[in-house]
Formats: sequence, C-alpha cells, structure tokens
Amino acid sequence: MGRNPVTWLGSPAFPSAARTALADVQLRGNLAHATGTIRGKRAAAVAELPDWERLRLAGEAIKDDVLANLDTYLTRLESQVRARGGVVHWARDAAEANAIVLRLVREAQASEVVKVKSMATAEIGLNEALAEGGVSAIETDLAELIVQLGDDRPSHILVPAIHRNRAEIRDIFRATMPHAAQVSDRPADLAEAARAHLRSKFLTAKVAISGANFAVADTGSVVVVESEGNGRMCLTLPDTLITVMGLEKVVPTWRDLEVFLQLLPRSSTAERMNPYTSVWTGVTPGDGPRAFHLVLLDNGRTATLADRVGRQALRCIRCSACLNVCPVYERTGGQAYGSVYPGPIGAILTPQLGAGTDDGPTGKLLRSLPYASSLCGACFEVCPVRIDIPEVLVHLRNRTVQEKPAYDPEAVAMAAASWVMASPRRFRLAQRLLGPLRLLARGGRIRRLPWPASRWTDSRDVPAPPKETFSAWWRRTRG
Amino acid sequence: MTTRVALMATCLTDTFYPDTARAVVRLLERLGCVVDFPKGQTCCGQMHYNTGYRREAATLARRTAKAFAGHDAVVAPSGSCAGMVRDLYPGLSRLTVGVADRTYELSEFLVDVLGVTDVGAYFPHRVTYHPTCHSLRVLGVGDKPLRLLRAVRGLELVELSAPESCCGFGGTFAVKNADTSTAMLADKMRDVLDTGARVLTAGDNSCLMHIGGGLSRLSTGVRALHLAEILASTEEEPWAATP
Repeated sequence: MGRNPVTWLGSPAFPSAARTALADVQLRGNLAHATGTIRGKRAAAVAELPDWERLRLAGEAIKDDVLANLDTYLTRLESQVRARGGVVHWARDAAEANAIVLRLVREAQASEVVKVKSMATAEIGLNEALAEGGVSAIETDLAELIVQLGDDRPSHILVPAIHRNRAEIRDIFRATMPHAAQVSDRPADLAEAARAHLRSKFLTAKVAISGANFAVADTGSVVVVESEGNGRMCLTLPDTLITVMGLEKVVPTWRDLEVFLQLLPRSSTAERMNPYTSVWTGVTPGDGPRAFHLVLLDNGRTATLADRVGRQALRCIRCSACLNVCPVYERTGGQAYGSVYPGPIGAILTPQLGAGTDDGPTGKLLRSLPYASSLCGACFEVCPVRIDIPEVLVHLRNRTVQEKPAYDPEAVAMAAASWVMASPRRFRLAQRLLGPLRLLARGGRIRRLPWPASRWTDSRDVPAPPKETFSAWWRRTRG
Repeated sequence: MTTRVALMATCLTDTFYPDTARAVVRLLERLGCVVDFPKGQTCCGQMHYNTGYRREAATLARRTAKAFAGHDAVVAPSGSCAGMVRDLYPGLSRLTVGVADRTYELSEFLVDVLGVTDVGAYFPHRVTYHPTCHSLRVLGVGDKPLRLLRAVRGLELVELSAPESCCGFGGTFAVKNADTSTAMLADKMRDVLDTGARVLTAGDNSCLMHIGGGLSRLSTGVRALHLAEILASTEEEPWAATP
C-alpha cells in the first residue's frame, strides 16, 4: 500500500509541532477568540433543546446500526443510486479514488473543476492528484478558498482558515485575486471579492466535485450540508457531478437523517437549522447535472471497523464541536496534528485511517497523536454521536505501548514503577528513598531536577517530600 | 449509627501530601465515622492505564481491589483516582468489579452518603475553587464541593471565570506534551490570579501539584490547598502546615 495522504508528508510528531504553534502569538490570539466564541454559541443552541441527550443517544444508536450492517446499507444505496441514473464506484484507498475521479474528469473533457467543501477529498489529497493529472481544482467554500489561495493547510474541520484573521485574509486576496488588489479587511468587502472571483468559475465549470454528509440508503439520496450556498451552485450548475463519500456516511432512512439534521447544525455552527441543505437523487432530466458519479471510499475505514473500541470514531459526523472545546486544540491549532483531521477526533481518527503507512516520520506522528490530550473529557461531553474519545485515546495508547520494544526507556520505567507499586513493602521503601530529595528543597519546594524530570520542573516547582509520609504517620500513631 | 470508612489515600497524597490524608481522617472522625487505612494499598494504576500500560494497570488494580475488599465504603481525596476505580475498574478485570460501586470521592461521600454540607469548618480566607476534569466529567460531582465550601464559616468564595477549563496536568501529558501543558497552566494561573484569592483549592492533589507548582514557581503568593484541609479546619484547630 502506498502512502495514505490522511497525514501530511513531513509533519513532525505532535509535541514538536505544538511547540512551534504555541510560540505563534497571532495564531494563539485568533484561536482563543474563535473557539471561545463558537463554544458559547454552541452551548446556547444546545440548551434550547430539552431532548438533546436523547437525540445524542439516537444519533449514536443509528450510527452503530449502520456500522454493524454496513454491507446491507451500502449495497442498498448502490442499487438505489443506479436505479435513478447515477453511477457507483468503489475505491479501496486514496490512490484508487483519485484515479477514478481523474478518469471521470478527463472523460468529461474538463481541465478545471469546482469543488464543494469536503473532508473526504481533502483526506485523499484529491486536489494534488488532480493537479498532477493536469486538472486544476477550485475550492469554492470561502475558508477552503482562503487556505488554497494562501498555499496553506487547513486547521479546522468546519472552518479550515480559523487560524487566519481578516488582515491576513486581505493580504492573501490582494496577492492572489486579480481584481482584489485594493480590497479592505472589512468582512463584507472580503466576501464580495471572493464572490466576484468565484462567480465566473461556477458559470464555466463543466464538472463539480463534492463530498457527502449523509446518503439515504432507502432512496439513494445524497445530502450536502453547508452555510454559504456556494456548494449549491456546484451541485446544480455543472453537467457532471462527482461525489466522494466515506463508506460510513450512509444512513438507512429519511427518519434517521432527521436526527442528524438536528444534531449537526447545533453542534457545528450553533445554528438551529442548517442554511443550505442540498439533497439529490441520481439524475433528473432537464434539472441539475446530467451525469452523477458516487465514489464510495474505504481508505482505512473497514480496518477501523474491525477494532471493537476504535470503531466508534466512524460515528463522527464532522461537526467540529470537539475541536472547539478542546483545551489542547485551542492552544496549538489544527496544523500541529499533521492531518486534515485535527483536534480530539483527529487524534483518534488519523492514527486509525493512516495505520498502514508507517514510514519513519509518519509512524512517529501517528503514535504521538493519541497522547495529544490531557484526557479532560470535554470532547466526549459535547460529541453529538457520543464518541467516547478519551476511551479511544487510551485504547490507541495501549496499542502503541504493545508495539514498543522491551528496551524502550519509557516501557522500562513504567514496568519498574508498576513492580514497585505492586508491593506495599517495595512502595514504602521507594517512598523512603525519595526523602533525600529534601536536601534540594528551599522553602518547601524543589525548583530544578535533572532530565527527564526537568520536563516538569522547567515550568513547575515540585513539593519537597515530607519528613513523614502519611502511611508512616498512620503506622506510628495508629499502628 | 457509625459509618466505617476505608481511606484510599492515593500514592501521590500518601507520599507528598500527608497533611491532606490526615485532614480527611480528622474530618471524617469529627463527623462520626470510624476510619481505617488498609495497609495493602499502594497505587490505583491510573497513571499506567492512562499512558497505555493496561496490563500493568490491571495488576495494580487487582492489588487495590484486594486491599479494599470487605470495606463498605472507600473514600479517596481524589476525583481522578476515585474515577479510575469506579469508571474503569469494572472493564479491567473480573476481580476489580466489586470495589467500584463502593468507592467515593470525598465531596460525594460527605454530601451523598453522610448527607452533610456544613461540616463545621472555619477558614477565614479568600478562596477560589478549580473543579478538576475527572471529578466533573467522570464522577459528575457537580456543585457538591462548592456547596461544602459555601458552608465554611469565614470563607470568602470567588469563582473562576473559566472553571471547567482543564489545568493542563493530565498525568504523563504534563511531561510528554510539556509545552502545551504549560500553556494551559498559564491560562489557569491567570484565571486564579484574577480572582484575587489567596488560596486555590480542588479535590485532587495531582492537579493542585500542577497549578500550585506553577503558582509557586512564579512566587505569586497564592497557596494551593486540598479541599479536605479547608473542611478539616476549625476555629479550635485552624489549618496549619506541618513543618
């Protein structure tokens, strides 16, 4: 298997990438402001619904049913899409999916395609693959466009340019849009510049490429949820529509879809109802695209499905609520995670989807991601489909530990610690051996210890060990 | 009726914060409990479990379960250790299921089992409270610690502006991702300092070691003190650090 583009080539392990990001003052300010705002709005939007917890349980149950019966629902979806004039393709991995899309674009004789914001196509590196094949892909979602024009990488699932403020966006537009050399940093002016830039693309493009938020197996209907209307332009104007959809996005019926159309907007944009919900079923003569292709993407999903604990990551509906509440994400931003899937969900999804590609640096990054969390649990609390992210993080850490060689320093230290703790006698002895550390203390605190304890004392004091531990005191006084 | 309680001191408190464990004993005895300290206890295994060392954690969990077998109620001055026992022990080993339901974090035990919020404490200081993540999200202690604090005579409680934001400790996270942990710590310290409190309290000495370690490093003059020590303090026997 080739490299899985779910991680970006050359990305360092999380702690090192985080160190760079933490030093970026502009980034820290942008993120604190943006996540703080959306967090408050989400909480208010969710508080309006008295049955929110029951909706979450329903969302979880529907997704679990889908995952348990994926074969049934996918073949039903396939036959329904075909019956209504669509063409269905199956792609095992990123390379297969990219090859299918490139072939379809060439068959439509297009050298430029317009794109609806989509995580699946970002995950497989479709734009880069199309560029190699001589096709330019134009992102039409405003934030994706900012990332694309800035030759940048996304840092958030919903708002990929969340790390940019309006002054930075103005500079990107001035440098890359022919008609925007004088644009101001007023949001309305920036939106107008993007609108003028994109309008001609919508009108001339022959092919559009989208992802899918959901697909209803019963009727073969595909659903895209967006806020700007640019997606709707792509889905209706060009002759050919190609949709790349992760296998797990199928839902059985329209009644199931209803649950997610309540859960998703409140969780992601804090809206009561999603602004543009586009649904299409195969092709309709005289209305919309004349050709519709649905590419069903595996790319590590069936392997993830095989993991009893890890599979719950496939319930994800890409709302980003976990990113917005994550104290780690809030400070490091998304690019430190080295993948299109950042934040808590990225920390459990990326290592599972990318599990096959263990070239040195990528393996290091993938192994570091499950540790990029303090396990505070805020992500689980807000997840609309109740993914127990801390549980999966710890599970993936355990998988990493099991693959460590016996002489790994951390494994040796942890084995020694558990050997000591496994016997009260050894534990009391170890407590006594800590006593001499008191000699290093001034005013009851120790300010510096050698590596690896220096990783603690670089920023925090350590209390001096007391003259008498509690167990020694108990023995002496109550014995 | 006398309530018999087994104290789970936790390895960190036993080793570094004996005052906290003594305060728990004093407090519970004042409220009429008979406190025992089972000698077989060492560590609940949380650090191993959360770092991915499940097998080692299971060994420590079985030892802990054995140490507390036969006790009706186990009380720990720690939301994360009590959370480990109650939430994760049932899935770890057949032998560690039984102890889970009998284990309580201190504030839960006081409010839910003993049914008290006014424990007769006196602590004339300006105090702020950090609700630790595991007490909040694993155990769901809610406002029980705050109710206990509000009933302490002389105590002026000032709430944090972002109380539910993690302090950045996270066990081995604090050293594996030291930079990110420190960035989280900085924001928590700013919040603490903004309250003007002289004492920061919480139900976990691990988080307090982290925030307190930062407050001490910067010589802020704010003391980190476990909730048990505030609740144990009375007019007759006010809080004092063991020299």
